[in-house]
Amino acid sequence: MPKLTIDGRESEVPEGTGVIEAARRLGIEVPHYCYHPGLSIAGQCRLCMVEIGNNPRPQIACNTQVVEGMVVRTETPKVLETRQAIMEFHLINHPLDCPVCDQAGECWLQIYYMKHGLYEPRMVDEKVHKPKAVPLGPHVILDAERCILCSRCVRFCDEITGTGELGIFQRGDHSEIGLFPGRELANPYSGNVVDICPVGALTDRDFRFAVRVWYLETAKSICPGCSRGCNIAVHSNLRRPHHDGGRRVARLKPRYHAEVNRWWICDAGRYGYKFVDDPSRVRFPTRGRGDAAAEVGWDEIVPLIAGQLRRYQPGEIGVLASPQMANEDLFLLRRLVDHLGLAHVDFRVPPSRPGDEDRILIKADKNPNRRGAELIGLGPRDGGLDARGMLRAARERRIKCLWVFHHDLLASAWPEGEIREALESLECLLFQGSNGNGVRLLAHYVLPSAAWVEREGTFTNFEGRVQRFWKAVEPLGAARADWEIVARIGEALGLSFMPDTGEDCFKALAATVPAFAGLSYRELRDTGRLVWDCAGRGPA
Amino acid sequence: MRERLLTGNFHLPQSHTLRVYRETGGYAGLEKAFALPPAAITEEVKKSNLRGLGGAGFPTGIKWGFIPKGHQGPIYLVINADEGEPGTFKDRYLLEKDPHSLIEGMIISAYAIGAHVAFIYVRGEYVRPWRILRQAVEEAYAAGFLGRNILGSGFDLDVVIHRGAGAYICGEETGLISSLEGKKGWPKLKPPFPAVRGAFGAPTIVNNVETICHVPHIMRRGAEWFAGLGTNTQGGTRMYSVSGHVVRPGVYELPVSVTLRTLIYEHAGGLPNGRGLKAVVPGGSSAAILRAGEIDVTMDVDGLKNAGTMAGSAGVIVMDDTVSIPEALMVVARFYAHESCGQCTPCRESTGWIFKMAKRIVEGKGRKEDLDTILDVARRGAGTTICAFYDGAVGPYISYIEKFREEFEALIPRA
Ligand SMILES: Cc1cc2nc3c(=O)[nH]c(=O)nc-3n(C[C@H](O)[C@H](O)[C@H](O)COP(=O)(O)O)c2cc1C
Ligand code: SF4
Ligand code: SF4
Ligand code: FES
Repeated sequence: MPKLTIDGRESEVPEGTGVIEAARRLGIEVPHYCYHPGLSIAGQCRLCMVEIGNNPRPQIACNTQVVEGMVVRTETPKVLETRQAIMEFHLINHPLDCPVCDQAGECWLQIYYMKHGLYEPRMVDEKVHKPKAVPLGPHVILDAERCILCSRCVRFCDEITGTGELGIFQRGDHSEIGLFPGRELANPYSGNVVDICPVGALTDRDFRFAVRVWYLETAKSICPGCSRGCNIAVHSNLRRPHHDGGRRVARLKPRYHAEVNRWWICDAGRYGYKFVDDPSRVRFPTRGRGDAAAEVGWDEIVPLIAGQLRRYQPGEIGVLASPQMANEDLFLLRRLVDHLGLAHVDFRVPPSRPGDEDRILIKADKNPNRRGAELIGLGPRDGGLDARGMLRAARERRIKCLWVFHHDLLASAWPEGEIREALESLECLLFQGSNGNGVRLLAHYVLPSAAWVEREGTFTNFEGRVQRFWKAVEPLGAARADWEIVARIGEALGLSFMPDTGEDCFKALAATVPAFAGLSYRELRDTGRLVWDCAGRGPA
Repeated sequence: MRERLLTGNFHLPQSHTLRVYRETGGYAGLEKAFALPPAAITEEVKKSNLRGLGGAGFPTGIKWGFIPKGHQGPIYLVINADEGEPGTFKDRYLLEKDPHSLIEGMIISAYAIGAHVAFIYVRGEYVRPWRILRQAVEEAYAAGFLGRNILGSGFDLDVVIHRGAGAYICGEETGLISSLEGKKGWPKLKPPFPAVRGAFGAPTIVNNVETICHVPHIMRRGAEWFAGLGTNTQGGTRMYSVSGHVVRPGVYELPVSVTLRTLIYEHAGGLPNGRGLKAVVPGGSSAAILRAGEIDVTMDVDGLKNAGTMAGSAGVIVMDDTVSIPEALMVVARFYAHESCGQCTPCRESTGWIFKMAKRIVEGKGRKEDLDTILDVARRGAGTTICAFYDGAVGPYISYIEKFREEFEALIPRA
């Protein structure tokens, strides 16, 4: 491992490390545009110049590998002057239209101009004009005049998705990012080019003009779109509620995780949050089926539901949990199921179409927590019925009360008519979920769940990694986290365990379920922890 | 008697044919070369003081020595016949008049570096040179000088001719390699250098046509003889392309120790119509300009370097006293703005900007700060780019203004 000195500080880095990364490890940021740790080195922006040894000419830090004894200086007068010159070159043809640019506030031209530019502008000639507001695909729009031609977007499509839609066309200062003829930027990861574009050239059609970025709040989260569990940040707009029709979640952004998703997320996940502020949200508990449904308060509905669960024999009750639920929810539900001695419990409902999967991130299982439901044990107990069995038994009126969490059973792989008949045959159908669906319409009681961004919790991804998500916005209406609802009903049924927080649930989970032994929210930190591997290979 | 190695056959009818080439001793050096170990040939070329004649003037034998020792897998030789430097037209003559000397040079050079495939990258506009070269390559295959087991030596060499599509930057060796690989002709980051990782990821030596045409002569007559023709640091002769205001424009092969004055006044016949000399660009458009009083310099790589300019591609552009230097700068600036590949920011952005300023000055709309802005932009951008294109553009930007500032100032309206 070569040792080097950067700005007088010594460091030791693995063989093959670039100077720019070595500096980053010491907390020294070498300004850069084209370099991205997830992409090949292009060396095009020339901003990352540093002085190395006695070389009289500054060198680019991104393409220089550390060698033993190297002495690097990142703040010499020559480096500062070169940086300022390169900033001027980046900006001479830029339209300087920050007031109408969506990137303003998180634009690296703005940031670096303030830090490393601050020169008197000298360009008085006509700028080069290029196409503006060109949609490249369903999610991304291009302003070629703002582009600094760092080629990150091109390299992303060449190297990460391998789809190669983008290229740089023309020459000299007429060079321009664009699509190859007949192509569209519609690969399943296209939104990432917006994240890696350091300027306002590529913006997100979904987020554009919705809200200024400085009004956004950020919460760490996990994408619930599939069992990969990509790390994300939820950007919410709480300070300007009159913007964008009151949409609270403004956008999702990937959050780096070395083992789960690196810098990326898929488009399905990125734009999959719309249900959170959708009119289909269940906002209040209701009792009564269809037209007879009436809003009621929690104090009223909890005893009613407890009463129903008491009314039936354990063998007449089915519980259909969901792999969309967090570990905390599933754990509390299992407590309640055990307390009531129920056997007909399951969480598996096959989707109407098999999910798509690829070799990058996307997993076929579109649930964030199937592994959690398996580990916590939400399958049938002591010869109980599985999901399909419960529905058959419902048609035969052997199961009389069914508690369905989230699932839209009518849109599953099972024959809709048969399922509808089963649900209609029930004496008591409880639906608990964040958004309405066909099951809700048939339910006698409806319980509003908070969406994942409205609460904290943990998901266990496909490889058994338990990862935390944090609350970004308040629950809509009277919605509550699933575990809270279950806890209140449990309390009414004499369950002694009453957690106050998600963390309490998790503590109890860690103390009860062997796979989670020794874990705590603190222990999980930002990066999560791998738990006992279900495939039987032992602790990961 | 003037030594003419490269152009010695040019006057013969049918000089481009295998028959004439062989009658004048062509391919005779091959067997001698195959009898030597490859490393001995590289040694010989080092001793000859042959320096690259494409522009950079890098010692050829030393460059060959950068191929990693004991490399497994393919190694390529690439001949740069892109000849894009304004004012340069010597390779064209070699391709048209003596293509077999290039082929013989390629066989010996490929043998020295261990290449079994050699590419010739021919400037797209060079249609006639390309046809003649293609014929010569076919003749050489038919006669057993190319292909498998050349002259029973056990050495194989295939030659592939690749035509460019008309971009100056594809003459820069790594831009050329990108283009050869089927990509956009963007220069590559160095390191790695082509000799370590070049075309298709394999070690690659890129040499100019003229450089390689010298190799058979070095083999035939010896490194010492070759070195003796030039200066202490550069051996042999080279072909000067003389254009502009001279009585006899054309290509002159002369020892590199010739002076610029001798070249212009004795060989090219001086300036026509009794006009006075104003300025000379001695090494292609990227070389810094010289004033009339600065032409007593030798035309070797180091002689011109010491004079603050460069030998470059030896394209000598002579300007008489009717030439407007600001207009000349506008024309070269337009060329560099048009030909910048656009890959790296300083070059992409400032070549266009400088052209706009130069044009404005010529149009009488200059501002008094423009000249210093051009100088400052050029100085700050120099040395910051991916390839030498930009430093080549900086040569004229700075020298034209520094040496002829009054002419520029005369065009700028007083406030
Ligand atoms: C912008 C640019 C254009 C160039 N064009 C040519 C060219 O047309 N022909 C050439 O032989 N070398 C050209 N060169 C020089 C090559 O990069 C390279 O140095 C040369 O081909 C090496 O051959 P040599 O060592 O035999 O001179 C150019 C260099 C630059 C920076
Ligand atoms: S669009 Fe953005 S990411 Fe793509 S080259 Fe331009 S600045 Fe870079
Ligand atoms: S210096 Fe100019 S020609 Fe060379 S890579 Fe950069 S933009 Fe292209
Ligand atoms: S970050 Fe190094 S050249 Fe762009």
